[in-house]
Amino acid sequence: MQKLFRILLSIDRRIIFLVIFLALTVPIFLRMKIDIDVTREVQIFYDAIEALPSGSRVLVSCDYDPGSEPELQPMAETAFKHFIRKKIRFAIIGLWPQGPTQASRALVMINEAKGRYIIENNDTLTVGRDIVVVGQDTIRYGKDFINLGFQSGNELVIQRLGSSITAVFPNDFRGVATSSYPIMSGLNRLADFDFIFNLSAGYPGTVEWVQFAVDRFHVPCGAGNTAVQAPQVYPYLDAGQLTGLMGGMKGGAEYEKLTGYTAKATMSMVSQTAAHIFVVLFIVIGNLAYFMTRGKKENH
Amino acid sequence: MKREIPLLLTAIVGFTFLIQFFIPHPFLRFLADMFSDWFSIIAAAAIWLGALNLIRVSLEKINKKESDWFYAIVTIASFLLIVIIGFFFSGGRSFQDPGTRFDWIYLNIYTPLMATMFAMLAFFVASASYRAFRARNAQATVLLLAAFLVMLGRTPFGDWLSSIVFLPKGWGISNISNIIMNYFNVAGQRAIMIGIALGTVSTSLRIILGIERTYLGGD
Repeated sequence: MQKLFRILLSIDRRIIFLVIFLALTVPIFLRMKIDIDVTREVQIFYDAIEALPSGSRVLVSCDYDPGSEPELQPMAETAFKHFIRKKIRFAIIGLWPQGPTQASRALVMINEAKGRYIIENNDTLTVGRDIVVVGQDTIRYGKDFINLGFQSGNELVIQRLGSSITAVFPNDFRGVATSSYPIMSGLNRLADFDFIFNLSAGYPGTVEWVQFAVDRFHVPCGAGNTAVQAPQVYPYLDAGQLTGLMGGMKGGAEYEKLTGYTAKATMSMVSQTAAHIFVVLFIVIGNLAYFMTRGKKENH
Repeated sequence: MKREIPLLLTAIVGFTFLIQFFIPHPFLRFLADMFSDWFSIIAAAAIWLGALNLIRVSLEKINKKESDWFYAIVTIASFLLIVIIGFFFSGGRSFQDPGTRFDWIYLNIYTPLMATMFAMLAFFVASASYRAFRARNAQATVLLLAAFLVMLGRTPFGDWLSSIVFLPKGWGISNISNIIMNYFNVAGQRAIMIGIALGTVSTSLRIILGIERTYLGGD
């Protein structure tokens, strides 16, 4: 038995890598699904969006990069679908340079229209860029949504948005004057938004949006965070400073369940569950082997 | 004067932001907005400075043939490639739009590289947990148990396991996980936040009042 424990302690790490690899990939290829329960924090976020009347305006701040894509991109895609279904208009910004591009990619992903171009009133509209079709609903760039791009300055960008949006974003991310778009009519400062949705993978992110936008300008904010970052923002949730929180892939899967848009996060839940189980098993085996062999050494 | 002017600027900007938070007078708001714009300009310039510094450091590395100097060539080549394609071959200001060459690089090179780097963490975490996560003492045991419960409680498997071992309703693994996150975690996070906030206030005041001068460099 001692020999077995010693072998377990000196197990090649490539075997662990292989087990984790199989745990992560097999469920994806087999398209396995698992039922999940919705937590209170995700329900609060969903209810807040549901409570917004048609025509409301939401600021979406994408503060993440492709490294956090598996966790946050499904949330972005589901949220955009949810907004479109609810006929909520949205403006995208990024305190991270890659954020607005991630949002664009999410809109391309959710677009269901066939073809690349649509001719409308002599205008050539690029599908997925100028026009996004989800189910029965169609949204148009500049009228129903806008991508204002990235602005440097971290939390001071939020502070500056409090007094003027066009001062921070004079042009959208294509270089066209922001004020020329119909969606910007009546949108002058941060407080003109009905809700802020922040997708965050670190600094600047949810903490800064709560401290500067919620506390200062009293705009409700809901967030989607990576699983690593979520524990840091829980105090804001309990204090009511944060209107809902989606933590990691599970949070995204819960949101998908509530909206009915079963997609990437739900599909990945079995993989994540399997990986968690194996990590727990590894820790148990590692500890068991450690204590069994340590006791033996001490006796000797 | 070399030190006095930056100190004076810091004091003026710092006090303006401080006072306008409590007294939202239009003039103070105007000053705060102007200083915010200055910050954005400086931050944007810092991005360029960082990029140029990366080139300088990489060139020095190649010139001196330091260890792994070959990767410095890859760094410079990648940097120049993305800059040239972004500036000149991706439709001008709309270079970030889906379908441009810049977007192609972002989607097919940058995104997989970043995703791969972070995906590897899962493997290293599993390996490190197996080798290093030991219940050596009481504190480590508590940490280990909390990690177990949160890890299992954050997956549907936790609920399934709870039903298998007939845990009473409301006392399942996911419920215990939520208790840990909503009470123990929140208490700890609040303590850290308050500590950081107090530290930030005291350090900020020291900087604004010119007591703390290390940010100026030199002695």
